[in-house]
Amino acid sequence: MERWVYPTTGLKQEDLEEARVCMTRAPLRGEYAWDAGVAVGRFLAELKAGRLVGRRCRVCRRVMVPPRMFCEQCFRPTDEWVPLQDTGTVLTFSVCTVAWDMRRLEVPEVPAVIAIDGASPGMGILHKLGEVGRTVDEILDRVHIGLRVQAVWKPPRRREGAITDILYFRPVGA
Amino acid sequence: MAGRRVAIVGAGMTKFVRRALETGPELAWEAASKALESCEMTLDQVDAVVLGSAPDAFDGVHMKVEYLSPGAGAWGKPTIRGYVGGGTGVFAAIQGWYHIASGMFDTALVVCEEKMSSCHPHPQAAFNYIFDHTTERPLGPNLLWIFALEMNAYMTKYGLTKRDIALVAVKNKRNAAAHPAAQLGDPNITVEDVLNSEVLAWPVQRLDVSPVTDGAVAVVMAADHVARRVTNRPVWVEGVGWSLDTQYWTNRDLSYPTYVEEAARKAYAMAGIREPRKEIHIVEPYDPFDYKELHHLEGLLLADRGKAAELVALGIANRDGAMPVTPSGGLLGVGNPIAAAGLMKVAELFWQLRGEAGPRQVPGQPKRGLAQAWGDLMQVGTVIILGI
Repeated sequence: MERWVYPTTGLKQEDLEEARVCMTRAPLRGEYAWDAGVAVGRFLAELKAGRLVGRRCRVCRRVMVPPRMFCEQCFRPTDEWVPLQDTGTVLTFSVCTVAWDMRRLEVPEVPAVIAIDGASPGMGILHKLGEVGRTVDEILDRVHIGLRVQAVWKPPRRREGAITDILYFRPVGA
Repeated sequence: MAGRRVAIVGAGMTKFVRRALETGPELAWEAASKALESCEMTLDQVDAVVLGSAPDAFDGVHMKVEYLSPGAGAWGKPTIRGYVGGGTGVFAAIQGWYHIASGMFDTALVVCEEKMSSCHPHPQAAFNYIFDHTTERPLGPNLLWIFALEMNAYMTKYGLTKRDIALVAVKNKRNAAAHPAAQLGDPNITVEDVLNSEVLAWPVQRLDVSPVTDGAVAVVMAADHVARRVTNRPVWVEGVGWSLDTQYWTNRDLSYPTYVEEAARKAYAMAGIREPRKEIHIVEPYDPFDYKELHHLEGLLLADRGKAAELVALGIANRDGAMPVTPSGGLLGVGNPIAAAGLMKVAELFWQLRGEAGPRQVPGQPKRGLAQAWGDLMQVGTVIILGI
């Protein structure tokens, strides 16, 4: 099959740095204002008030978070808002030592999927863990799947109706 | 089997490189012209074109398929773009199949291209926009997060070690050393190299991950009566399947790819396969990260849940093992130009089943192979089964 591989030209870093090839550079800038929508709009308003809420579908009986106005499984409207706790269980986590552009982070971030108490089992949201250490080893020592965690909220005056109104989740009893 | 019989009759590709001098349309032309040349066909014998490419954001070009089309032979042809994220490469071949199986066309040229290097400083920037704009993006996520979260869920559920998983990276990068288009083949890599590589997002380390790649792959597909005229060794499409899971990824059990199982079951049913572990002779599962190969083998029902690592550890998945897995070298070794990577797996089966894979040839005259790709927000499975 070697005959059917085209001898494509791979460039080296030096080819770019020493301008051996021509190139055009320009940023693409876009700015958007995304509507939060019916379900997540209410979710954000409740976050501002220091509460987590979900939506129940009476047919499959799931309590869903993030909330939605329709059940994608039963394909019908969901029925009611359900207050949830601000505690939960770590379903999975990572210890991320780089930013999106591969720059090293001074202190690793700990993204996690957290199953929220009061929602159906396995209903998680994406957030971060905090107060769990400053190095990969320290964090791996303190965090495990199944860890019980609780939300740490921004002070009420600084909340703005955003997912970041919860600063992070920390181990219960920490 | 639904519709008319369809075969792949030709395949070609570019080299996979970190940064190509060629533009996207030039890469598409290189692969498409090689595929046509391989089966001694010309563009006027092509009835329709299927183009696969991942997000426009990589290239910074909107309507990317129109941009690529001159190089992909789409001038004056019915042309469609297929797009299901990383699942695109196998999905494009499925689209080629239904274009012809339906009776609408007798031949189709399927071209998948990706030029990831244009996006600066790193193509990960383009991936940041797959997260929900309101509930996730304010947290500053990056693409590594979701892989790391899924890998940890999978490892922890079955008590797998990093070493169990690193063996996949070693196998695939070694296999790729025999691939003439490979970007990262390495015949001498060891499991220690993988385990000692830089931690990016624990449990993901540098050598657990496939590289950023520019490249293109093309295949020519034809209806039964045309295929038999073009070649005495057509490689038949025996089964296809695809399925999409919920966008609410934080509500899923990340330790098991249900959507891959759904896609595989459709493909097995269509191919009349009852015992896939005996009836599939070569597997090319999607391996952008080493754990994904294992995850996908389980979703494909080719290993029990939590047991795929044993196939690798025992050598069963080696090129000369009882069930060769990723003899091409995969995304980890050959490279990962998103859509083109999936179609590279389809092309590998084409060459393997015809006995044309050279130093990578799987022994024992394999008769049937399966290629699978995966993508979107960790939620799509695309499967194709080819046989000779």
